Amino acid sequence: MDQQADAPRPASAVLEPAPVRYLDIFIAFTRIALVSLGGGLSGWMMREFVENRKWLDEREFLTGLALAQAFPGVNVVNISIWVGYRLRGGPGALIAALGIIVPPAFVAIAALTLFDQLARYQIVATLMAGAAAAAVGLSLSMGIKAVRLSATHVIPVLVILAMVVSLFVLKWPLLPVIIVMAPLSIGLSFWRLRNEGKKP
Amino acid sequence: MSDNVLLRLATYFAPLSFLTIGGGQSIIADMHRETVNVYGWFSDQQFLEIFALSRMAPGPGTLIVTMIGWKVAGWLGAIVASLAIFVPSSLLVYGLAKLWGHYRGAPWQKAIEMGLAPIAAGMVLATSFTLLEASNGGILAWIVAGAATLVLTVTKLNPLLLLVAGAAIFAGVQLA
Repeated sequence: MDQQADAPRPASAVLEPAPVRYLDIFIAFTRIALVSLGGGLSGWMMREFVENRKWLDEREFLTGLALAQAFPGVNVVNISIWVGYRLRGGPGALIAALGIIVPPAFVAIAALTLFDQLARYQIVATLMAGAAAAAVGLSLSMGIKAVRLSATHVIPVLVILAMVVSLFVLKWPLLPVIIVMAPLSIGLSFWRLRNEGKKP
Repeated sequence: MSDNVLLRLATYFAPLSFLTIGGGQSIIADMHRETVNVYGWFSDQQFLEIFALSRMAPGPGTLIVTMIGWKVAGWLGAIVASLAIFVPSSLLVYGLAKLWGHYRGAPWQKAIEMGLAPIAAGMVLATSFTLLEASNGGILAWIVAGAATLVLTVTKLNPLLLLVAGAAIFAGVQLA
């Protein structure tokens, strides 16, 4: 499990690792799906795929995450397809989606049949609430990393602030916020990249 | 388990697939209306039980759709409902991923990635705060989440241990 100290990679080399095995993809996604009690699946994914396994870099993952959220469909399934495709094309996408959906679907059905037994105990709800609170930590630590990665300039900092204020403070719905903010932020990035290109 | 029910599951959930945005919360209200009031598959109480279970169970919360299918029409119902909710939107994202891979390294992709990173960061932060605010754990939830954040940011600890610790702390406080 525990990889020894990460071998330093030559920074200049093009990152073209050996293809990840299908079985590994399935197991990785299933594991995340099954341990992600209380939510925070994308936090798990970033930790597992970006930090532990180094299957893709932070920026690639965050791009996928933003697109996954903006597109129709369930975020978690969308980001699984994104990562799966990135790893092994079409079959990779399919296997990732199956891994994140099918095993927990069996658990969900089992939970239905066990419901009467479980619901009698208040302690179950308390335990779940505790796990869910800790799961928020997963999502928050991911947010912090994402901020660190992207807040390289005053513009992205303002974008982050605007997102938090509109979604959390003002409780505006996600979709219109993204529809306005994403093109704006992308446009500003274009502008920045072009300006940087002009004056070396 | 008539074909009719399966057909209804498919025709109801497939269009809903495109309306699922975010964590799937957006379609819960509509599912409640349809399954309780329109089709009469469940009572209010039954729907709430299924909803609560779908929150507790691991995996995507949208598996509530699988649960509904199973309740209504057994295994076949579960399969039909799941395919209907997951396949259509998945094909769309698959197309997007493919397109993205095709143009890998293009300058506009760099700008999009650069522009989307702060968007994702803001969304993740806002989601975390909203979850905490909505949780019924009160101040304890904020403390546990804050501590978990700190540990996860500075260590490589397996998050599962933190979930277990969070559950234990809540149970301990309640029993105390």
